[in-house]
Amino acid sequence: MLDPKSFQSIETVNDFVIKFANVNGTGSASANQMFAKAIFRMGIPVSPKNIFPSNIQGLPTWFEVRVSEKGYLGQRGGVDIAVAMNPQSYSKDIEEISEGGYLIYDSTWKRNFNRSDINIVEIPLTQLCVDSFKNPKQRALFKNIAYVGALAALMEIEYEVLETIISEQFANKPALIEPNIKALNLGRDYVLENLEYPIGIKLSRRDLLKDKILISGNEAAGLGAVYGGATFCSWYPITPSTSLAEGFEKYAKKYRVNETTGKNLYASVQAEDELAAVGMAIGANWNGARGFTATSGPGISLMSEFLGLAYFAEIPLVVFNVQRGGPSTGMPTRTQQSDVLACAYASHGDTKHVLLFPADPKDCFDFSAKAFDLADQLQTPVFVVSDLDMGMNDWVCDKFEWSDSFSYNRGKVLGFEELEKLDSYGRYLDSDNDGICYRTYPGTHPEKGAYFTRGTSHDEYARYTEDGNINAETLMRLMRKFRTASELVPPPIIEINGEDSCGIIYYGSSKPAVLEAKDILKTKDINVDLMQIRSFPFNLDVWEFIASHDRIYVVEQNRDSQMRTLIMAEGGISAEILRPLVHFTGDPIEASYIVNKISEREVNYKSHKNIKER
Amino acid sequence: MSFKKPINHHPRLEVNKLGLTRRDYEGAISTLCAGCGHDSISACIIEACFQLNIEAYKVAKLSGIGCSSKAPAYFLNQSHGFNSVHGRMPSVATGANCANGDLLYLGISGDGDSASIGIGQFIHAIRRQINMVYFVENNGTYGLTKGQFSATNDLESKNKYGEDNLFKPIDLASMAIQLGASYVARSFSGDRDQLIPLIKGAIQHKGFALLDIISPCVTFNNHDTSTKSYDYIRNHNEAVGKTDFVPLGEEITTSYKSGSSIEVNLHDGSKIALEKVNSKFDPTNPGKSLSYIRDKSEEGKLLTGLLYFDESSGDLHETLNLTKTPLNQLSQKDLCPGEEILDKINKGLS
Repeated sequence: MLDPKSFQSIETVNDFVIKFANVNGTGSASANQMFAKAIFRMGIPVSPKNIFPSNIQGLPTWFEVRVSEKGYLGQRGGVDIAVAMNPQSYSKDIEEISEGGYLIYDSTWKRNFNRSDINIVEIPLTQLCVDSFKNPKQRALFKNIAYVGALAALMEIEYEVLETIISEQFANKPALIEPNIKALNLGRDYVLENLEYPIGIKLSRRDLLKDKILISGNEAAGLGAVYGGATFCSWYPITPSTSLAEGFEKYAKKYRVNETTGKNLYASVQAEDELAAVGMAIGANWNGARGFTATSGPGISLMSEFLGLAYFAEIPLVVFNVQRGGPSTGMPTRTQQSDVLACAYASHGDTKHVLLFPADPKDCFDFSAKAFDLADQLQTPVFVVSDLDMGMNDWVCDKFEWSDSFSYNRGKVLGFEELEKLDSYGRYLDSDNDGICYRTYPGTHPEKGAYFTRGTSHDEYARYTEDGNINAETLMRLMRKFRTASELVPPPIIEINGEDSCGIIYYGSSKPAVLEAKDILKTKDINVDLMQIRSFPFNLDVWEFIASHDRIYVVEQNRDSQMRTLIMAEGGISAEILRPLVHFTGDPIEASYIVNKISEREVNYKSHKNIKER
Repeated sequence: MSFKKPINHHPRLEVNKLGLTRRDYEGAISTLCAGCGHDSISACIIEACFQLNIEAYKVAKLSGIGCSSKAPAYFLNQSHGFNSVHGRMPSVATGANCANGDLLYLGISGDGDSASIGIGQFIHAIRRQINMVYFVENNGTYGLTKGQFSATNDLESKNKYGEDNLFKPIDLASMAIQLGASYVARSFSGDRDQLIPLIKGAIQHKGFALLDIISPCVTFNNHDTSTKSYDYIRNHNEAVGKTDFVPLGEEITTSYKSGSSIEVNLHDGSKIALEKVNSKFDPTNPGKSLSYIRDKSEEGKLLTGLLYFDESSGDLHETLNLTKTPLNQLSQKDLCPGEEILDKINKGLS
């Protein structure tokens, strides 16, 4: 198949990056996902990422899959195999391929590519499909399935695995199984009959994914909301959070319908805008249902006034912010962690909010369910802050866990019996001295427990007041409550790796890149201690980790090093100790980027230190 | 500041079927200006709830921001109240209503809230047919910020300082009819006889009930050149008929001549009786209602009374197929699918 080569082909098993270049809206996504799922089913760690435009049809879209037997699942950089299906982006796609890599393209229209250092695999996909399918829509759609079939032969993907995935995928539309298998065979058979196979990059079954699942963070968070007892979801469509509300609906339709009456035990309302979405969720929570809204950065801006109301009137609320590239409309289909400060201090006046930072879909599930307990316990908005990378891409993660012995904590709510025993009720009386007061739901008791919820300054009995001292006391109590919150939120995960190590603080979807970077840095004799921040307000562990290091790199995916600012502001930490390590192109951060930045600075640090010591 | 009223009252005050007096339906002392139309509306709400034997603790009072939005503090002390943010009461009411459909929802707003900053939410609450009574205490002005024009102010009206209004008004009642509100009435805060039956009808109605109540602002919009002053409204009000509310099980004993009144049935079986003043008027036909309002407006008249009514309307609970047990009363057993199902879900994801 190939001419005698002047270059060394890449030879590897279970360790490569393949990138599919497609046209948006041509049905490539499901074929690409099938490819990734097959690798997952072969027990090999895999990380698929959809790189898509803010467009419905026509623009270039990519799907990048990293396979790593060692389990490194962050973005790697570099492309070993390109499946180039979009002539629009040929030049960029071909340029990216590493020396010795492979280009697979639709050779129905033959091309000369200006690369003599890569392997070029020609498969006339369009021709094959035109010859085998009559329906024009199928001809276009099945090109995608056909290249998966071809890759199966070229890379030794277990064929039965692919067949099983197809039959599962179309379990409800069995008529579609046969043509999909036919398309798969088309690609495979062409390779078997016409090309040399396998290529140098191969897959081989392992057993590395025991107890692992493959799911997107948004779907996981939607499921977590079902498990966490959410009964009300109000949302406004916005990328990349829409699939979270849809995930909630998907599982609620399955598990939240009364079998006898056929009635729904949940409500999901698509609001007219984000202001209404958060207003509805606040109304539902005020009335004692667990309600949430899901949004992204622009939605947080729009919701800000209401968020201040929920903070000040002390109404539980769960807000999912699946962050995207900002500022403004920014890059709706790219990832960033640039809403940390916008969430922490959302709304005018002195406000502070509880934030949870999941780092993978398992966390999205756990933190989603936990957020409803925290919101009820603390009677305040709780933000689950994820991002597009983990929200919309399927990630390999630990399987979900739940214990039937766990019961929801609805916080301090007075029922009829408790009210009956009270002489007088004050909504904002801090009788336990933890900053958290007792709520009542409307309709509980005929004579006791009614109060007036308001965003205006109020006294302990929820009465309007213009007495500045009383208002100041309320603000101080809210600070006490925030301290209580720091004891309830998930603590950081800390890993200490030796004396004289530098520290790394990270959170969210930077996790896989940071863990990989740690291993690479070790090979360069740079030891790092890690702290994964999982929540705000920060608890004592966070301050102790910082106090025990003289230099800490704060890895985050935004320009302004927002987490660093938050730590500095909240803990009075010196700027010198916390060193920004930021990445904000909208592509997920890579281990190599972190390694380069840290090793550069650590070399400087060590040489300075040596000079000093001399 | 809010001040409680003294709780002592005359031992022989009239009581309703719940054994409650009108005073039991009162709220804190109003801090609105003396003579404010909003206080008259509060008094009518108190009277309507007293007469209907409403249990106050099963009422939720919601409002936005503005003079009107302060009003919920001044009636139904035993009800939970929620003074939300400017123009956003409808969304809060929507969420609250979804959480528990067993309560009566009274939304109190003004023309700033509903015709300007919150017009989007107003529209969508109607579109979703939230089961609530939505009051617009409509004075054509921004009182709390000292007399700016609102979007319901008439073009020919001037403000207190003699400045002209430059824009045409938004007619919230017509808009509500177009959007499918199933009970639309207009009234005047100074007309207790008309307003109380309309409030009672709205409370008994299932679906979205709008009460657009012209409520003069004595401080900023009660001058000679205002079209929302007491005098102007008294002189230009044309009632669509005399309204009477007949509770379930009571005979209609009004003085209407046979053939001159229309009865409309409410969901619980009670009725609203309207004396016909115009034989052409049929409050169940949206097109006719709209043109009648428009015709009268062109004559310089403000049509009041029950303007539109659809007895077949449902509400959001039906649209969403919600369970009868309020969502806020479901137990963890109802809500959490549990370990076993999670195992199944895990298997499907591996």
